[in-house]
Amino acid sequence: MPLRALAGRADTGFPKGHAATSESGALSTHGPRDATVNSIGKRSRLGDLAYVGVIRGIAAFAMVLLLAPTVVVLITSFTGEQTLKFPPPTWSLRWYGELLHSGELIDAAWTSLKIAFWATLICGVLGTAAALGIARSRSPLARLLDSLFMSPMVLPAMAFGLALLMVFSLLSVRLSIWTLTIGHVVICTPFVIRMVSAAVQQLDVALHDCSLSLGASRFYTLRRVTLPLIGRGVFAGCFVAFLTSFDHVPVSLFLSDARTEVLPIKLWQILEASLDVRVAAVSGVIVIVTLVGLIVAQRLFGRGVGVAERR
Amino acid sequence: MGLKDKFASFRETLPAMPLAAFFVAWFLAPFVLLLFISLFDTPEFQSIGLRQYVKFATDGFSTGVLWDTLVLGFACTAVCLLLAYPLAIVYVEGGAQRRTLILFLVMLPMLTSAVVRTFAWIVILGREGIVNNAMLALGLWGQPGRLLYSWGGLVVALAQIQLPLMALPVINSMLKVDPSLMDAAEGLGAGRWRRLWTVIVPLTLPGTVAGALLVFAASTTAFITQSLVGGGRIILMPLNIYQQAVGVQDWPFAAALSIIFTLSIVAITYLVNSVARKRMRGIDAA
Repeated sequence: MPLRALAGRADTGFPKGHAATSESGALSTHGPRDATVNSIGKRSRLGDLAYVGVIRGIAAFAMVLLLAPTVVVLITSFTGEQTLKFPPPTWSLRWYGELLHSGELIDAAWTSLKIAFWATLICGVLGTAAALGIARSRSPLARLLDSLFMSPMVLPAMAFGLALLMVFSLLSVRLSIWTLTIGHVVICTPFVIRMVSAAVQQLDVALHDCSLSLGASRFYTLRRVTLPLIGRGVFAGCFVAFLTSFDHVPVSLFLSDARTEVLPIKLWQILEASLDVRVAAVSGVIVIVTLVGLIVAQRLFGRGVGVAERR
Repeated sequence: MGLKDKFASFRETLPAMPLAAFFVAWFLAPFVLLLFISLFDTPEFQSIGLRQYVKFATDGFSTGVLWDTLVLGFACTAVCLLLAYPLAIVYVEGGAQRRTLILFLVMLPMLTSAVVRTFAWIVILGREGIVNNAMLALGLWGQPGRLLYSWGGLVVALAQIQLPLMALPVINSMLKVDPSLMDAAEGLGAGRWRRLWTVIVPLTLPGTVAGALLVFAASTTAFITQSLVGGGRIILMPLNIYQQAVGVQDWPFAAALSIIFTLSIVAITYLVNSVARKRMRGIDAA
């Protein structure tokens, strides 16, 4: 199931019911210590109740907080008004209709999709190869490369965007979707590395060795044994890379110009100028398309990988 | 390690070399150039010196902006930690259905764009937004409060947007805690709070640190959310760099700001990692 693969790990964990040994009754054979044990037991039961209340309360709040913005955007996008009043006083599909006539938004979305496609393709191929090379190795070189590939996730993307702009202007390269793609490949690589590495580490080396000792070539083993087994990790990495690129702003801020406007920056400019309700409709489209994409991927890909694993 | 071993380990990492070359050309080289450009004294690239760094330290504005940005990062990280930790506990203790639900909720914001989420917060915090309407309807506030363009609003919005970055590593490292340790602590009479502080918290430190560093880095550099929810009044490092580079066209100063910003983040990451590493010897890294 891709959802689990995205989270990077299979489910194992505390079993639901622990052996209930803390009940004071279980210790009652100790005679003289009974009284103290009982009072501690009572106090800790109160504490335990408070614990459950506090933890569950915060967790419930966190869950509402995670869900609320997406729901709010979806509801707002069906407003019939000019303002972002919530809940909307009247309902209509007019803002989705407006989108069809917003050429500049469609162009920006198209540019973003093209960049996300190429960036995902490049970092999917290079990143998967790299993860296969370094995920199992404990050599200093492999550790160094791993830190290098993960660092775009921690270093400020604004600084990287500015640095890349300086490189392109020094080389007098004209900004285009290719300069943007180069920046996005660097930004998206950590996700592919992380998820493919997790998959490679869970891979049973014996299968790889068996294939080689039975006379399969390295390439055949890669194609028929390794890649099918890490396929889910590769897919999850590419999926997140695509979304990251589609959504990325700081690097694009420096590398896009009037001809290569990307969607998130276009939306930002619209929002800076006025709180245009069209943005809600665009958001609605993004949310719905991503959810449908996830469900379709789960149907198609989740099952396919499952079959590969059963063989 | 013999020469032969060295060669073997190099051959093993060979598939990583194309990506390594890509990163040297398009990631390391740009940062070197950034450092070089920050050493020019004027926007016209005439003489070389440390004038941009002196300007940063003495102009009475830039250091404050850096400080505000780092404080914002800490605040968001703290809020995320406070929310993600209980969520992870409830996840781990729950059955398959609850786990799927929580995982879905955590993934949901990751699957919708950050601009969309920022936009949602404008709807929630705006003058006619949900919070204001609710407070007015309940009669708790006499007039709409100013939630957008405030520090509180910015911290909450950023924390919500970055919450998945914290929740996933914390959940992962909580899944690795050996249940028999919890049973042992319980058998020895430790209540739930005590088990939390003495068993779960130390053992999940790797995930917590990983998540905290990601949230810190992401919230300090989240240009869109900072500028839309914070408004023009709250100036933070990313906006400052953008204005210097694109607005004022002072590339050396923008480069110096970027270098200082990057080094601050690297220094904090290094510090947190080295403090945490001392405390988590023997724990499986996240």
